[in-house]
Amino acid sequence: MIRSTAFVAALAIATPAVAQDFDGPLKGRQGMFQILAINLGIIGDMAKGETEYDAEQAQMAADNLVAITSINPLPLFPEGSDNEALDGTRALPAIWENVDDLGAKWADLGEAAAGMQEVAGNGREALGPALGPVGNACKNCHDEYRASPE
Amino acid sequence: MRKLLIPLAALIVLIGAAGLWLTRAQPVDAARFEGLEGDAAAGETVFIAAGCASCHHAPEAEGEAELVLAGGQRFPSEFGTFVAPNISPSSEGIGDWTLADFAGALTRGVSPEGTHYYPAFPYTAYTRMADADIADLWAYMRTLPADPTPSAAHEVGFPFNIRRGLGLWNTLYLSEDWVMPADTAELERGRYLVEVLAHCGECHTPRGALGGLDTGDWLGGAANPAGDGRIPSLRPGALDWSANDIAYYLESGFTPAYDSVGGHMVAVVDNFAQLPAGDRAAVAAYLKALPEG
Ligand code: HEC
Ligand code: HEC
Ligand code: HEC
Repeated sequence: MIRSTAFVAALAIATPAVAQDFDGPLKGRQGMFQILAINLGIIGDMAKGETEYDAEQAQMAADNLVAITSINPLPLFPEGSDNEALDGTRALPAIWENVDDLGAKWADLGEAAAGMQEVAGNGREALGPALGPVGNACKNCHDEYRASPE
Repeated sequence: MRKLLIPLAALIVLIGAAGLWLTRAQPVDAARFEGLEGDAAAGETVFIAAGCASCHHAPEAEGEAELVLAGGQRFPSEFGTFVAPNISPSSEGIGDWTLADFAGALTRGVSPEGTHYYPAFPYTAYTRMADADIADLWAYMRTLPADPTPSAAHEVGFPFNIRRGLGLWNTLYLSEDWVMPADTAELERGRYLVEVLAHCGECHTPRGALGGLDTGDWLGGAANPAGDGRIPSLRPGALDWSANDIAYYLESGFTPAYDSVGGHMVAVVDNFAQLPAGDRAAVAAYLKALPEG
């Protein structure tokens, strides 16, 4: 057993990672961001006036934002899954120079989502001001850690 | 690239020798700004729209510290790496300049000593800045904190380290003509914001071999000098968002699908979020009026 673990470890070091190894984490994290965007869209369209304000829907979407951001995202960002090593991702290598900072920026989003959760049911006017910090938290991370689209 | 450099070097040297007059720096006439009193409060809006701090604040500055224009951010390009200088009101910055010196830098790309600046400083956009805006901007920038950090040298090799050659470049690419027509007050404001102050074309328009903007493909999307991804086209054929969506993106950073802005566009959104809603709407109107493809 010990021998075969060592063998596997050696193999892992010797062969460059193949894309399939990261299929799960890539799908996982991109799906996680899509879930964020979809729920944010429910709230954003109400704030913009594109859909009727609906307290229950707004609250549900805000609760979802809080639920998603309570996940620790780091397992979805294994070392070597950056956009220089792999196709199909826009995650910049800079993430792995400071993984703790990625965690901190995710935590900032969690705080902003909690702020939204508190007020989402209080009427359309409450949404705009709570969206500001959420948008800033998304932006701050994309600014440093996400490449522009191809 | 190598292959291209040698004829280019020869060209620049040849033309430099043959026509020194073509490459001379042309400062602005000091009399043009005499008696023009700037309004610092109005200058703040110009400053935000023009994104001066985005390039000139210190590399890791955030929040209030972004108003300390100490320089030091690096801008890689295929001609070398440019380092933004100190433009705070200290003697290491532009504290000893006059308003006319400042106008010469912004609208002609020349220093008070008469040397050419590199177009990494977007004077090719600022060249059409209104005199009153220049005076307001100047008044505002005098109120910002002074910083003693000396400006760093650019890391640019031969032949691009010969600033004189830029005089020739300017005869090719420094133009006071508008790119797009504008026949309403809103479109005019949008055009002034897009083509001049916010210099959107610097990122969103592709460049030719000499680094000049290809105005034939104005805002048609370009390679990203930061090396990651592409900078998207803003033509209606590619950007099919409504005017409202565009204005909302400039305010919140959210796309119509509620993805959130990233990369170098973040600083632009951070600036536009501070401008009046009418300015964001004007930019949106301008983009909607661009040619389709
Ligand atoms: C802690 C950093 C971080 C935060 C906070 C963050 N993102 Fe992202 N986001 C990323 C990274 C990194 C990627 C690129 C992932 C990839 O391509 O593998 C990404 C990708 C995306 C994508 C594209 C997903 C796909 O299908 O490829 C969307 C949409 C998105 N984010 C929306 C958001 C929204 C909306 C928010 C705020 C509510 C947000 N993100 C907050 C880091 C972040
Ligand atoms: C410093 C470079 C830079 C400048 C200046 C700039 N942009 Fe951008 N822009 C970008 C980048 C990079 C992106 C891709 C953003 C991302 O990765 O999310 C972008 C994206 C956009 C998008 C979204 C397009 C899409 O299809 O998703 C719009 C709209 C836009 N810019 C408009 C503007 C306007 C209007 C201006 C001037 C007011 C401007 N930009 C100035 C770099 C710039
Ligand atoms: C895209 C980045 C960028 C933006 C935006 C920008 N600058 Fe600069 N600026 C530079 C660079 C790079 C240089 C150095 C040019 C050179 O040395 O040839 C420079 C040079 C200057 C200089 C000359 C300083 C000296 O020591 O001679 C002044 C003055 C200046 N900028 C003012 C401004 C003002 C005012 C604004 C806003 C209206 C602005 N800049 C916006 C990048 C930028």
